[in-house]
Amino acid sequence: MNVPTSYLLALSGVLFVIGAMGVLTRRNAIVIFMSIELMLNSANLAFIAFARSFVDLQGQVMVFFVIAVAAAEVAVGLALIVSIFRTKQSIDVDQISSLKG
Amino acid sequence: MNLSEVAQSGGLFSYAPLIIAFPILGLLINMIFGRRLGERFVGITASSAVVLSFIVAILQFIALLGEPEGAQVMMADWITIGSLSVPWALKVDSLSVTMILMVTGVSALIHIYAIGYMHDDVRFQGDPGRFARFFIFFNLFVAAMMVLVSANNYLMMFVGWEGVGLCSYLLIGFWYEKGEGGIANAIAGKKAFVVNRIGDFGFLIAMFLIFWTFGTLQFEEVFHLAEHGEVASLGMLTAITLFMLLGVTGKSAQIPLFVWLPDAMAGPTPVSALIHAATMVTAGIYLIVRNNVLFGLAHTSSDVVAIIGAVTAFVAATIAVGQFDIKRVLAYSTISQLGFMVAAAGIGAYVAAIFHLVTHAFFKALLFLSAGSVIVGLEHGLHDSGHHGEGDHHDEDGHHDFDPNDMRNMGGLRTKMKTTFLVYLVGALALTGIPPLAGFFSKDEILADANQEFMAIYILLAIAAIFTAFYMGRQVLMVFFGDPRSDAAKRARENPPVMTLPLIGLAILAVVGGGLNLPGIHSLTDWLEHTLAHVHATEFNLFVAVLSTVLALIAIWIAWTVYGRRFLQEGQPDPLRKILGPLFTVFENKYWVDEFYDLIIVRPYVSLAAFFADVIDWRFWHDWFHDTIIARSFRGTARWLAEGFDLPVIDGAANGLANVVKSFSTRLRALQTGYVRNYALSLFVGLILVLSYILFR
Repeated sequence: MNVPTSYLLALSGVLFVIGAMGVLTRRNAIVIFMSIELMLNSANLAFIAFARSFVDLQGQVMVFFVIAVAAAEVAVGLALIVSIFRTKQSIDVDQISSLKG
Repeated sequence: MNLSEVAQSGGLFSYAPLIIAFPILGLLINMIFGRRLGERFVGITASSAVVLSFIVAILQFIALLGEPEGAQVMMADWITIGSLSVPWALKVDSLSVTMILMVTGVSALIHIYAIGYMHDDVRFQGDPGRFARFFIFFNLFVAAMMVLVSANNYLMMFVGWEGVGLCSYLLIGFWYEKGEGGIANAIAGKKAFVVNRIGDFGFLIAMFLIFWTFGTLQFEEVFHLAEHGEVASLGMLTAITLFMLLGVTGKSAQIPLFVWLPDAMAGPTPVSALIHAATMVTAGIYLIVRNNVLFGLAHTSSDVVAIIGAVTAFVAATIAVGQFDIKRVLAYSTISQLGFMVAAAGIGAYVAAIFHLVTHAFFKALLFLSAGSVIVGLEHGLHDSGHHGEGDHHDEDGHHDFDPNDMRNMGGLRTKMKTTFLVYLVGALALTGIPPLAGFFSKDEILADANQEFMAIYILLAIAAIFTAFYMGRQVLMVFFGDPRSDAAKRARENPPVMTLPLIGLAILAVVGGGLNLPGIHSLTDWLEHTLAHVHATEFNLFVAVLSTVLALIAIWIAWTVYGRRFLQEGQPDPLRKILGPLFTVFENKYWVDEFYDLIIVRPYVSLAAFFADVIDWRFWHDWFHDTIIARSFRGTARWLAEGFDLPVIDGAANGLANVVKSFSTRLRALQTGYVRNYALSLFVGLILVLSYILFR
């Protein structure tokens, strides 16, 4: 069952696009975060695909880094969202427009 | 002549510049300190300055005795252009020293007299503060006259010529706010200046012609070239001398420019005595005598000079007969006597002219000063008779309507002013030419010369002499004899010695002055021979002498029959009016010369000037050209520039720039929506752009 690398990459690309669409389109801050996670994970998938195809462990090591960074980023991001919620009583990003020029 | 030939200040000659320096010093001191230090100081300073000049002149005389050819004393370089050299240099020779001695001597006496006269006059006219100014002008006059007679070149002489004209103007109009209508004195001064200027124009043209012909302006060089060089044609010499004659007629009051002298009597009497009798008016005769070389060569001009002199002598003598103002009689007498001198110079009798010039200075100054004494005496009488104060008639100009100059207001002053009467008599007899007084010898020399050279001139001068005797007799009889014809005359009194002593001095000179050139001894002829070419001693003509004396005595007798047998009463018209009839009116109105000049010259000129001023200058130039054309177009241009150019273009550019920036920024601001998702979208788009660039380059 040799899944061709191109399939994995195509999946990675599709996931990335879905994640990007989510970031751009959704209003809920948590959903945006989820989409960001989706993008990150799609990159992870691309890394794994290449690690498998070139039989190189470096790709997998990168995944570890990415996962760690994603976790840290989520922590910070969720803290920000909680803080915003305390101010605005809502996490609708469209309402955080006080920097409007 | 180059200045290496100028005598290098030998001995006493080197003091000559002091003659000019002393009066200038006097006037400067009076200008700076005069007002503070009082009348006595001013008078003494001014008189001392002139006396010192006189002493220096005597030193020059002594120097000349040892060195009769004279010297040229260099003071400073003035103009040196190419070959033209005009220095400030004095020509000290017998002719100039004669003039200097006469001027400073008579001036000194008149200065002293003026101290007393002006003391009264400034109080009579009401401005005691003007005392110093008088003596400043007087000293300035003496300085200018000294420059005139001692110059060694035409240009320096012209400086003096103009200077005396200026001082004449200043002094005639000394009481500039007085006189008829509050302006008559100023007008008289202006008239003198303007008429003199016409003469000056003649002098200037002559000077230009001299420079053009001879290339130099120094006397010695010009005369040398005229006689020995071949540079000057007869026509040119005639032209030069005729233009000089114009200057002479202006300065020495001959026909046709004599009209200023009678009006000049508006000035204070010392001014009339000094300037218009003894000194300034003699400058013209000095000019002719100095240029005897040129006049000797241009025979036609000499004849013209002689004729003008003789005619003037005659006409002026007739006018004097009809005058009532005591000073005006003397003024016309001066014009007449100047005519004698000019005629003498015209016929070549230069020594006679100078002789008469000197003696005339003595007795005419004496007569004027005595007339001044009479006038002041009358003014004192006016005060004393209580007219000053309540009963006094002053019109707005402060002008008394009683005229102290009018002989009809005088009479009987013989007893009231004895000294003045005696000296006046001496002066009158001298003027008339009664031997052995000075006037006889000098006038007789002129008549003898005329008899020899030019009979028509002799006849004119002899008739003029008859009239002279007549009007002087008329004047003496009207003023001093009979009964006083007014209150002022009744109370007239003699003047203090500061005024009478100079009169006595001048009277003595009038008596002994004839000794200057007695027939046979002719000291003056010998003296002047060193300077003037071709002088010869006039032979004593017994016939002429006796005839002139007899005619003068007859004329005096006629005057006595008219005015002496029955003295003029108060309010009585002049008996001469009945005798001469319309002729008297002609004389009294001076042949209407002033009116004629006014009609022919003055009025057209004034209307021409008014035309230029009002129409051309004001209406055309100012109103039309300036206001309409220039001002309007300028304002229009300025408006266009401001509104048409500055506002739309420049402001528009600046404002437009700002507007562009504003609209751009407004549009740019639209990017800042504040929506996080928009920012995320732009991030995404940028990412795609960069990626496509990297992928597809």
